[in-house]
Amino acid sequence: MARSTTTRSKVIFTVIGWTIGFLIFFPILWTFLTSFKTEGTAIATPPQFLFFDWTLENYHEVQSRSNYFKHFSNSVVISVGSTLIGLALAIPAAWAMAFSPTKRTKDILMWMLSTKMMPSVGVLVPLYLIFRDWGLLDTRIGLVGVLTLINLPIIVWMLYTYFKEIPGEILEAARMDGASLMKEIVYVLTPMAVPGIASTMLLNIILAWNEAFWTLNLTTSNAAPLTQFIASYSSPEGLFWAKLSAASTMAIAPILIMGWFSQKQLVRGLTFGAVK
Amino acid sequence: MATLQTRATARIMMSPAVILLFLWMIVPLVMTLYFSFLRYNLLMPGTEEFIGFLNYQYFLTDPAFFTALGNTLVLVGGTLLITVIGGILLALVLDQPFFGQGIVRLLVIAPFFVMPTVSALVWKNMLMHPVNGLFAWIARLFGFQPIDWFAQLPMFSIILIVAWQWLPFATLILLTALQSLDGEQKEAAEMDGAGAISRFIYLVLPHLSRAITVVILIQTIFLLSVFAEILVTTNGGPGIQTTNIPYLIYMQALLQFDVGGASAGGIVAVVLANIVAFFLIRLIGKNLER
Amino acid sequence: MGSITLEKVSKSFGTTSVIPEIDLEINDGEFVVFVGPSGCGKSTLLRMIAGLEDLSGGRIIIDGKDMSSEAPAKRGLSMVFQSYALYPHMTVYGNIAFPLKMDGQEKSAIDKKVKDAAHILNLTNYLDRRPGQLSGGQRQRVAIGRAIVRQPKAFLFDEPLSNLDAALRGNMRLEISDLHHQLKTTMIYVTHDQVEAMTMADKIVVLNAGRIEQVGSPMELYRSPKNVFVAGFIGSPRMNLIEGAEAAKHNVTTLGVRPEHIRISTTEGAWKGKVGVTEHLGSDTFIHTQVDGIGQVTVRTDGDFDTKHGQPIFLTPDPARLHRFGADGQVI
Repeated sequence: MARSTTTRSKVIFTVIGWTIGFLIFFPILWTFLTSFKTEGTAIATPPQFLFFDWTLENYHEVQSRSNYFKHFSNSVVISVGSTLIGLALAIPAAWAMAFSPTKRTKDILMWMLSTKMMPSVGVLVPLYLIFRDWGLLDTRIGLVGVLTLINLPIIVWMLYTYFKEIPGEILEAARMDGASLMKEIVYVLTPMAVPGIASTMLLNIILAWNEAFWTLNLTTSNAAPLTQFIASYSSPEGLFWAKLSAASTMAIAPILIMGWFSQKQLVRGLTFGAVK
Repeated sequence: MATLQTRATARIMMSPAVILLFLWMIVPLVMTLYFSFLRYNLLMPGTEEFIGFLNYQYFLTDPAFFTALGNTLVLVGGTLLITVIGGILLALVLDQPFFGQGIVRLLVIAPFFVMPTVSALVWKNMLMHPVNGLFAWIARLFGFQPIDWFAQLPMFSIILIVAWQWLPFATLILLTALQSLDGEQKEAAEMDGAGAISRFIYLVLPHLSRAITVVILIQTIFLLSVFAEILVTTNGGPGIQTTNIPYLIYMQALLQFDVGGASAGGIVAVVLANIVAFFLIRLIGKNLER
Repeated sequence: MGSITLEKVSKSFGTTSVIPEIDLEINDGEFVVFVGPSGCGKSTLLRMIAGLEDLSGGRIIIDGKDMSSEAPAKRGLSMVFQSYALYPHMTVYGNIAFPLKMDGQEKSAIDKKVKDAAHILNLTNYLDRRPGQLSGGQRQRVAIGRAIVRQPKAFLFDEPLSNLDAALRGNMRLEISDLHHQLKTTMIYVTHDQVEAMTMADKIVVLNAGRIEQVGSPMELYRSPKNVFVAGFIGSPRMNLIEGAEAAKHNVTTLGVRPEHIRISTTEGAWKGKVGVTEHLGSDTFIHTQVDGIGQVTVRTDGDFDTKHGQPIFLTPDPARLHRFGADGQVI
């Protein structure tokens, strides 16, 4: 596979690549297109691809009938909130593990990872009961708490792998230059770690946004984020394809765009640094 | 770095995260364990009593458990098969230089960012619907009888949806691994007279083996607890044909309110997941040492 | 002022002792080089002086004050790291100004000091650049600039030239020596390269396995190494260390003779051997010979000396410049 590729093979791979890309992306594209159709055109046979009367009506309807933005804001609060709290807990922990490692650091990291491997159903029952008894069912605060803890291991791990790449000598240089611990973190570590912190944040917002076990089991309406809202389309409203599409498009668009921006970091985050 | 002062600070900075995670792990798990030994149904308050391993006995001898265990394995295995093979092929294509490579890459990874409830509903209604779905239209276009996906092939349908969601993950990781393959190595193999296929078998595949293991293990962790896709498409049916272990436990707990039975099931699920986790953690741990 | 005294300084990680116990006196204005093979504890020792590592025992006294448990910043020392450790998100100006900013000095004072340092180090045209845009040598100078603006009591250098190529390393050696003459500040310099030690130091400290083998000026170490280790470590090409029958003739365990203290002849001499590989450096020629009954002996001779591989050869060591070592490896 020496890079002396001929134009012919380049053209062939262009065709293959774009065909595969199109097929994989098609369900999303189809949802997007359908969201601009009337319910009638949405189920028409043969299907209408581009030449139909485009309408924005579905987007209005979704909001006016079911208060879409309530669920949207729940999703934002829950995903951003849990990520920020997670970062606040994880930055100091990752700092300590990366720059002041002890013999037990590795064990702690592995143990944190193992908590992530515990299947949610294993603790569904007690958590449900605790939530019920403490009045946390269907509250944003309850979900923020759960999602923070669920994603905390990933946040710590990602930050740890980023911090690890900052040479310890630079922090020592700062110490020699007379910086206190606070100044060392503010002037040297943070500016150097910003890209890592930002991509950690992005990935965790995505994961929290799409989390669909606890959000489905611990909310019903008030604190319901978009996962639960979309699930309510499973019946019988699922027949309203155009509206389902409009709601879906709005639910996935922001996160899809964020995901595209964070694609490089995704690999590292999801494999706990095992693949870079 | 390692002065006493910094080490003391480090311990303090680590403790909140460690303590919270510890509580998060241990408290519910101990409660689950405790409940699993009780007769405890939310519909019959006040009848709680210690019944030993009876819940486990019921759960593990229930024919539904074996069906669910089988379904879980089929779901995990089927999805892994599609995503790993598909992921390798896709990664090989995306690794070639062609026009618009970056855009195609974005298109391919997109499904990963779609929330599970959305992808399940879109596939179920708009693509797989036996009358109005796009697949039905395509089938008729070629003169075939449309398939009623969720009635005829319920498990395969769910595998298809889940595989669509996870294919990008496998592709992305395998592609990253592929790109880290040393170009000089490939050139050396070419100089040694290795053709494209033997280069793939003797050079590329061994290089990918670690990434493939990572993909398999991580996906297994997530696929063992597929839930939303089943909830919004089949509700575990028809019958219990698509009920996996998490869904079975969910039904027992939140639909039948059998806390004791569901807890026993939960512990079983934890044990199953730990078998996989054991290997994954060892793999990542080894990586950490390098 | 900048005198540093180490009193019974020791370091151990867990149960493994890295540095048993070291006493050392470094005078104000001295250029001291710690040299030794990798893993000999020289960097650890430097980091302990800097305050980046705890002492397991003993005291570090700087200008008469016990600084053993003082924070690095309070010791008044500057350090130049092996990787330069420049702040990648700051400009050259920002890097050099950083220690002054941490010290809370006024903007105008900082500006003047940074510009002075940049002038001394030929960095004036690069002040707006980031470290990533500089060459290795320039980065090295920025690191030095950051060290000198604080006007420290002493500079600590941790293998500062090991990331540079050979030609640049030669230049930087001169520049650092020059700087020492200009500033007359105490410098402690760690390296594994005996050439750096010989060319720059006022005083060389040879370390091996955490112990000081010998302390002295470069020529002292060259002329009268105290033991086999120092004899083999200082000088290039290495001293020939001969054991066995030939050594026994001189009533020693190991007989040392430097390649430049052997006379070579094609006709007559004390030892008879065969020419092996010959390295022509132009100014000198190194001839690796195989001497009967002794083994491999390297000889240094003038550049025009011509030999063929396998040719018989005669060697005569200078009797006045033989080094004699006993069974314990110490000089007799």
